[in-house]
Amino acid sequence: MPDAILRVEKISKDFGSGPVLKDVDLEVRPGEILGIIGENGAGKSTLMKILAGIHQPTSGKVHVDGKAVRIADPIAARALKISLVPQEFNLIRDLPVYNNVFLGAELRKRSGVLDKEAMKARTRELLAQLSVDLDPEARIEGLSAAEKQMVEICKALAFDSRVLIMDEPTTMLTKYEIEILFRLVTKLRSEGMTILYISHKLKEVKHLCDRVVVLRDGELVHDGPTSDIGIVEMAQKMVGRELGSIFPAKGKPGDETVFEARGVTVPGVLEDISFQLRKGEILGLAGLVGAGRTELAETVLGLRHKSAGTFLKDGRELDLREPADAVAAGISYLSEDRQGAGIITTFTVTRNVTLVSLGEYCRSFFRLIDKKTEKTKVQGYVDSFHIKTDTLERRLENLSGGNQQKVSLAKAIDTSPSVLIVDEPTRGVDVSAKHEIYVFINELARKGISCLLISSELEEIIGMCDRVLVMRDGRIAGTLEGDRITEEQIMYHATGVQEEAAS
Amino acid sequence: MSATTAKKIDLEKHGALIALGALFVLASVIGWPYFIRPENLVNVMRQSSYTGIIALGMTFVIISGGIDLSVGAVAAFVASCGVLFMNWVLQAAGGNEVLAILGGVSVMIALGFAAGALNGLLITKGKIVPFIVTLGTMSIFRYLSLQMANAGEFASQSQLYGTFGMSKIFEFKVGDQAISLPIPVFTLLVLAAVLAFLLDNTRYGRYLCAVGSNARVAQYSAVRIDRVRFWAYAINGMCVGTTAALLAARFNTVSTPNFGLGFEMDAIAATIIGGTAMAGGRGSIWGTIIGVFMLQIIQNMLNMAGLSPYLQGVVKGIVIIGSVYIQKQRQ
Repeated sequence: MPDAILRVEKISKDFGSGPVLKDVDLEVRPGEILGIIGENGAGKSTLMKILAGIHQPTSGKVHVDGKAVRIADPIAARALKISLVPQEFNLIRDLPVYNNVFLGAELRKRSGVLDKEAMKARTRELLAQLSVDLDPEARIEGLSAAEKQMVEICKALAFDSRVLIMDEPTTMLTKYEIEILFRLVTKLRSEGMTILYISHKLKEVKHLCDRVVVLRDGELVHDGPTSDIGIVEMAQKMVGRELGSIFPAKGKPGDETVFEARGVTVPGVLEDISFQLRKGEILGLAGLVGAGRTELAETVLGLRHKSAGTFLKDGRELDLREPADAVAAGISYLSEDRQGAGIITTFTVTRNVTLVSLGEYCRSFFRLIDKKTEKTKVQGYVDSFHIKTDTLERRLENLSGGNQQKVSLAKAIDTSPSVLIVDEPTRGVDVSAKHEIYVFINELARKGISCLLISSELEEIIGMCDRVLVMRDGRIAGTLEGDRITEEQIMYHATGVQEEAAS
Repeated sequence: MSATTAKKIDLEKHGALIALGALFVLASVIGWPYFIRPENLVNVMRQSSYTGIIALGMTFVIISGGIDLSVGAVAAFVASCGVLFMNWVLQAAGGNEVLAILGGVSVMIALGFAAGALNGLLITKGKIVPFIVTLGTMSIFRYLSLQMANAGEFASQSQLYGTFGMSKIFEFKVGDQAISLPIPVFTLLVLAAVLAFLLDNTRYGRYLCAVGSNARVAQYSAVRIDRVRFWAYAINGMCVGTTAALLAARFNTVSTPNFGLGFEMDAIAATIIGGTAMAGGRGSIWGTIIGVFMLQIIQNMLNMAGLSPYLQGVVKGIVIIGSVYIQKQRQ
């Protein structure tokens, strides 16, 4: 066995509210893909941020090539050839690709002036090496999530990194893009790169990684080759208990149509969208990123203006011009972009939950907020959703991703909607929170609420939905029901491969 | 753990109040014995109240994530129009001063509202950033007033209006001295109570913070963000109109080049010292009141210490930067 390239010795970290990491020992061998899994708040990201110089350990040591080092800041990490590809990309929107790749370490001519040509050439080389078709002069703003990720990886290569840390790299990617990423990661390994791969997606870890370590509550509870451990066992180690099936049994939707779209068109975005949503049904909306799923939801909310078509609720035509109209019609939306459009991180739990439904709490003549009722109601959600917070007055920035998502869901249903649109409801959420969210959506459907479930995770679509609409290029490419809801069918419709084969 | 957090929150909440107390003690020592004489304190409060009332509206605007640079210029314009209207009524109504004053004050508040509404519309419907819009209206209203008065002044023809500007209510005795609350101070405190209540206990207040924190989330949460922002400027405009009415009465004349000059800076400074975040999303009306008093006490104290007005400005700048620095460290 080759010597460890990176060794972590008794690392502990405490942000002041209890330990996040407790005496973690970890060895990373050169040229391996090491999977690091754990629930939200288990300490994965904190450990990685220590290696990338963003956080300092409270105690413990990091060794690189057998020598103890202090990684004081990201610059020190770069000097040690350690690069982090963060979950939220660290790119400057207004700058072109090549400038981002060399940000903070620009190539300069002897006169001190930026050597743009050299940077562009080097970026082009690196992109070619990654087999990515991207113009070094393209601005970040116009790139897809997958392309942005490639730019981040490019950055790592530009500094000859030997250790590449990837934090939840596939959350924003479609299945097709994930395959490309996996091929790339495997290729980098064959070229001698060491990769630390953090993920919630156990299947991916099982498939891609050579070795897997499991963190739970800041402690390392498992370390061994991926070949020796199954997915169920991984999940159990993460949670520390037995897990039932993650998806609850599907309910029986009613027959009557609650919500309907007829020929909805938004120029350049949606084309002739028609579908019916039945009472108590969970209708899946699958497709690649950019297929128009979120845009459809935004059109229902009145945030995009349709040029043709209508939406109907209980048979009556709706005039949806702004989100307030949708709320008044009994339609609620859980955004895919949690921090950008879902919750206000500087607001407390209470204030977030009642943000949409606040009018319901204004009862007296003067329309003052009835804070007592508000508090009781929110406490109810905290209890039934198992939202982990010591007080309702805690700001959301201090809660973990999974708990933030539960607050976001509570906010969406506090308006007592009859139609709930959930967009990527389990993005960046750990296994047990995922399970709770599934159970919850399922219960809502059983109570007669109709759900439109937008998801890029096929498992989720297959496990939860009664029917599935597959979108491609702004159109509905296919509707799947019963046994036809399979991964293959969804992907055929999403990519259009089947149609091409037939013609 | 909960005990320590409670303590922390207390310090956060009352930090500004503690600073005000400390400053008060310092001023008492430096300005001994004149500073703590009741008539001086009443005077300090009166001087605070003109920019203070504007600072209340400014607090709403800043919480919404905006800024209003036009307040001083709008005050001058509104006061000019109001005094002209008052004089006209006085002529037309055959010397009925009460009617003239009521009319003039109403016009000032209404025009203040209109100017704020103009800012609000340009910002929400025109989608121009608040800094640019109010920089523009600041220039427009200042020069409109100068044009109207040919850079001179408009004198009120109502004696009663001037008396109203100096009058006091709530007389009470401290020792053998009679103390009473000037009308501007009374107005400031009443408005502060109303706006603080609005901010804490109504939907509008909650939405205002939401829009300032994250407008996109607010929009997706069915908050009519344009309407919320519009009203922040409109309310601020009414505050400006109120100040214009009180300040014009104080001198019973409006000198267009000087009236309200630099008020925007004092109002913004008081708001920021009071702990309202420049980036929007959170703030406190009572914090702003503390900020207003602090600025005025500092000025009063330095006056008594014999510091030149120019150096007083330097000290004011240091206090603004210093207080925000301390707030940052605490977080």
